[in-house]
Formats: sequence, C-alpha cells, structure tokens
Amino acid sequence: MLEARDLTVRLGRRTILDGLDFLAHPGEVTVIVGPNGSGKTTLMRALTGEIAAEGRLSLDGTDPRGLRPWELARRRGVMAQFAGLAFPFTVLEVVRLGAEAGGQSGDAADARAGAALRRVDLEGHAARLYQELSGGEQARAQLARVLAQVWEPEGPEGPRWLFLDEPVASLDVAHQLQVMDLARDYARAGGGVIAVMHDLSLTATIADRVVLLDEGRAVAAGPSEEVLRSAVLEPVYRCRLDVIRLDDPPRLIVTPRPGTATLAGAAPGITASATAG
Amino acid sequence: MVAIAEAAAPTAGDRRQRARRTTLGLMVLTLVAAWASLATGAAEVSLAEALGRLARGEPLTLHQQVVLMDIRLPRLATGLLVGAALAVSGAVMQGLFRNPLADPGLVGVGAGAGLGAVTAIVLGGFLPASLAALTGTYTVPIAAFLGGWAATLILYRVSTRAGRTSVATMLLAGIALGALAGAATGLLVYVADDQQLRDLTFWGLGSLAGASWTKLAVAGPIMLTAMAGTLWLARGLNGLALGEAAAAHMGIAVQRMKNLAILAVAGATGAAVAVSGGIGFVGIVVPHLLRLATGPDHRFLLPNAALLGASLLVGADILSRSVIAPAELPIGIVTALLGAPVFLWILLRRRGVLDL
Repeated sequence: MLEARDLTVRLGRRTILDGLDFLAHPGEVTVIVGPNGSGKTTLMRALTGEIAAEGRLSLDGTDPRGLRPWELARRRGVMAQFAGLAFPFTVLEVVRLGAEAGGQSGDAADARAGAALRRVDLEGHAARLYQELSGGEQARAQLARVLAQVWEPEGPEGPRWLFLDEPVASLDVAHQLQVMDLARDYARAGGGVIAVMHDLSLTATIADRVVLLDEGRAVAAGPSEEVLRSAVLEPVYRCRLDVIRLDDPPRLIVTPRPGTATLAGAAPGITASATAG
Repeated sequence: MVAIAEAAAPTAGDRRQRARRTTLGLMVLTLVAAWASLATGAAEVSLAEALGRLARGEPLTLHQQVVLMDIRLPRLATGLLVGAALAVSGAVMQGLFRNPLADPGLVGVGAGAGLGAVTAIVLGGFLPASLAALTGTYTVPIAAFLGGWAATLILYRVSTRAGRTSVATMLLAGIALGALAGAATGLLVYVADDQQLRDLTFWGLGSLAGASWTKLAVAGPIMLTAMAGTLWLARGLNGLALGEAAAAHMGIAVQRMKNLAILAVAGATGAAVAVSGGIGFVGIVVPHLLRLATGPDHRFLLPNAALLGASLLVGADILSRSVIAPAELPIGIVTALLGAPVFLWILLRRRGVLDL
C-alpha cells in the first residue's frame, strides 16, 4: 500500500502540494487527475522520491525516502512525461538499461528487454536508434524500459509499483488501449499502478480508483463512478462537463460542453458561465 | 525460418559483441603504436637487438640504455597514459554534461589545470617551506589538479540548473573560464624569470619532450587512479544519458556519481596537463569515433577510449618527432591539426542547430 499523509511541497514561496492525503493499493490502477497546475506531476515526483516533501510517506510500510536508490529501484519504476536521450543508444540498449536497473545482466537482461519490447509492440524496432523513433514510439520504448526494471509485479519485498506520468498522451488509440491493458494486467498480477492522466474518458476506462487534485489538495478520491461526475468535476475544471454512460461494454465518456470555460480570472464557480454560455 | 528470426530477435540492436571485438583490435593497435614509438627517433637503435639482449639476460649497451630506457620508454609511457587520460576525461565529461561536445580542453578545464601548473612553477618559490617540503615534486601536479577541479566545479555550477545542463551556457562559461585562466596565466608569464619561462613555453603548445621517469612517477599514479575510478561510473553515466531524474529512478546515486566524475576528470586532466601541457581534441575526437563505431555504452566506451586515446597520442607523437626531424613539432599542434577538422565535421553532421 502506498500512503501519503499531510504531504506538503513548497517551491520558493509557492505551495504546490498543500497537506495532501493520498492512498493507492496494489492490485489496482490509481489515476491522478486535475487541471493544469493542480500538482499532479509534483505529487508523482514526491511519491517517487524525486523531490523532497514534508509529511508522512509509506511504501508498503517503509518510508521510501529512507531507502537507498538501488533498493527503491527494485520496488518501483517511473516513466516520466518527457525523457530525452543524450547519446545514440539503440532501442534495445535503452530498454536493457531498465532491465539492468532491475538486477538483470548479460543474456537475462537481453531476454527481458526483448520481452518488454514485445509488450509495447516495438519488437521490430530493437536495432533502431532511439532518437530516430517517433514521439509515440519513444514513449512506448520508455514504458518498456520501466517495465523491464520492475518486470515481476511482485518481488521479495512485496508488490512492485509502476508510476506513469501521462503514459498515453502521445499514442494513437490502438496503442493507448495496449498500454492501458498493460497497466491493468500489471495491477491484476499484484503490482500497483499509479498514473497521471489528462483524458477523463480514458481515465474512466482504466482506473480502479481516481484521485482528483485541485490547487495542491486531493478534493475527491474513489472509484470512477464516484469521482467522475459532473458535480464533482465542474468546480475543479471550471467548465461544464457532460458524463455519458455507455453500456456495451460499460464505460463513461466525459466531454466538455463548448463555450462554458470560465478561466480568465472571472467569477469563480460554474453558475456565471452557465448563464453566459 | 520463423524460429531463426525469433532466436535472432533479442540480439538485434545489441552492440556489445562489436564493442568487445573493438577492444581486442585497439589492444593490438596500442601495441603496434608502442613498438613504432620505441623504434622511431633521431638516434639509430635496433629495437629487436635490444630485446634480444634482454631475452638472453645480457645488459643493454650504454647507447641502448640511454636512448631506449631513459628517453624513449618514459616518453612512450607518458604518451600512453596522457592519451588515455585525456580520452577518458573527455568521455566522462561528455557523459556528465550529457553532450558529445563537452571536452576538458574546450570548456576551460584544461586551461584551469594549466593555470594551476603555471602558478606552481612561477609562485612555487613563495610556498611556506614546510608546505613545499610536504608536497615536494607533487606541487605542480597537485596545483594542476586543483585548477582543473575548480574549473570543472565552476563550470558545472554555472551551466546546471535544477539538474539540467545547458550546453550553450556550458560552452559560453567555458570560453569565459578559459579566457580568465589564460589572462591569469599571461600575468604569471609576465612576472616569470628566464628559467621559468622555458618551463612555461612548453605548456602553451603541449609536448611530450619533457617526459621523464621522475615526472611520470608523480603524475602516472594520479592518472591511473582517476581512470580506474571511472570504472565505477560507467553504469551511472549510462543512466544519466536518460536524464538525472531517470537515472535516480533507476537506482543510481546521482549526486555521488557526479562528484566522483568531477574528481576523476579533474585528476586525469590535471595530471595529464602537468606532464604534457595542453593537448587538445583527443578528448572529443576519440569518444565520438567510438560512439559511432560501437555505441555509447560507457562500460565499453571508457576502456576503449583509453586504448584509442593512448595509441592516437603515441601515433601523434611519432609524427611530431619525424615530420621535421631532427627537430620536433609540439604534439599539441599535431593533435589540433588532426582533431579540429574532425570536430568541425561532428558539428556539420549534427542535424539541428546547437540548442539542446
């Protein structure tokens, strides 16, 4: 279980996370949503230990901030939103870096890298240079690298965790589905998945649990049907949102109503814009 | 057919085999260069005959002893170590700054080390006697190391914000550091006496002509230790290629790794500058060629860079001794003549403008 209590992050005089509570269970996909600047990526970076945060933090009973980097690397993998590469590594070499970080070496690392590449539909691209891939292919290669690092969803220390910051934003729809299936499979096999996402419909498709952030606080948390409701979302996103329920298979479509955004420093709340629109 | 394709699939994109073969090839190249270096020179000496004598357990003739053991061998050893140290420093620095254009000679680290060495030569007489006795013959290499270390540290602090290194800032800061160190060096040259001036001339262009066992006994262990230290950096530098955050997520103690890298670069560059002056372009050309041939994996890049740097510098030294024999060209001129065009070629081959 990943638990944060009273998590606070300040950058200079600005408070980015303001006493935030967060909970995620292994076996589930937890998706963090919220408008720009609500603190999603900062929360992710605080949870993964990338930036310092005040408050309590517990990864399956231990404070991750007390673990050595290589111990932490065996327990969780992190796919960041943007990852440049300084030198011309091949796709296989990039993914193998992940396998090596997960403790594999030699042929075992190669085998795991190959398996991870198959999992993201890049097996035919192993010999290409990473820098020559398209943006979406690079994102999948990065996911393969992270997956190769924490390949087994459960390890000797307990469940392993995948942190994914906008994992599907740059992908075409088929690969979006593939990546979401991958995340769900990882959770079903006992691992924990924590993702930051913008697309609320995709969030509804994949999330077992949704955490909604606004101005550095978690304003709602729970199953998709509870959090992804117009009444909950609209004050946070400051526009009208229609939530449509489809039955076969059951899923939610969350879509903004055109002309209802109330962003430009105007009246807070939805009512004013509703009359204007 | 399918089975073969599947069996071959996991190794596609794997360049380790090629890198290992390259290591073997470079070992042979280094031996050939070493042999050629011992066999080349103004004095007539038969290397085969000398080796035959040694093999039979007979002492060398006085002529062989002087030419081979006292002149050519220390020069060869210095060339090998300095070449390896410069190439490894370049590769580590490029990994640290995440950019193939970082080179200790280009971004002011060499100039900083040079300033340290010149300061020690010119002002060494003013050291308190107790401190001078303590540092002894190590004074110049230590000063060069400190100069290189300070320059690397300043450069890193100036060009890195929140874990990201700006290349433009780094190159500009390098120019400023180089100019500053150059000006300070110029001031010291102005106040130097005749004997010191003779010592100093040799810094400007870089040369192995001053090589001796005494100098090597001091600088050699520093270069060897620094290069051995880089063996622990290889995995970290690989991770750093993905960025500092990704490296940390992959279990690398990034800050410790960076400190070690800066120490190693300063040690290797400082000691190299202390024995041979400023020799440019080895640190940028060697790693670049190797990345093209076998990829950027630092576990192979660093040892291969040591071998190629060593043989390249020994080869350049042979050229510098034979082109206008019996006089000799400063080796810095040879490496610049060979290296600067390669550097321009690297810039031309880059697809974008320099805005990383």
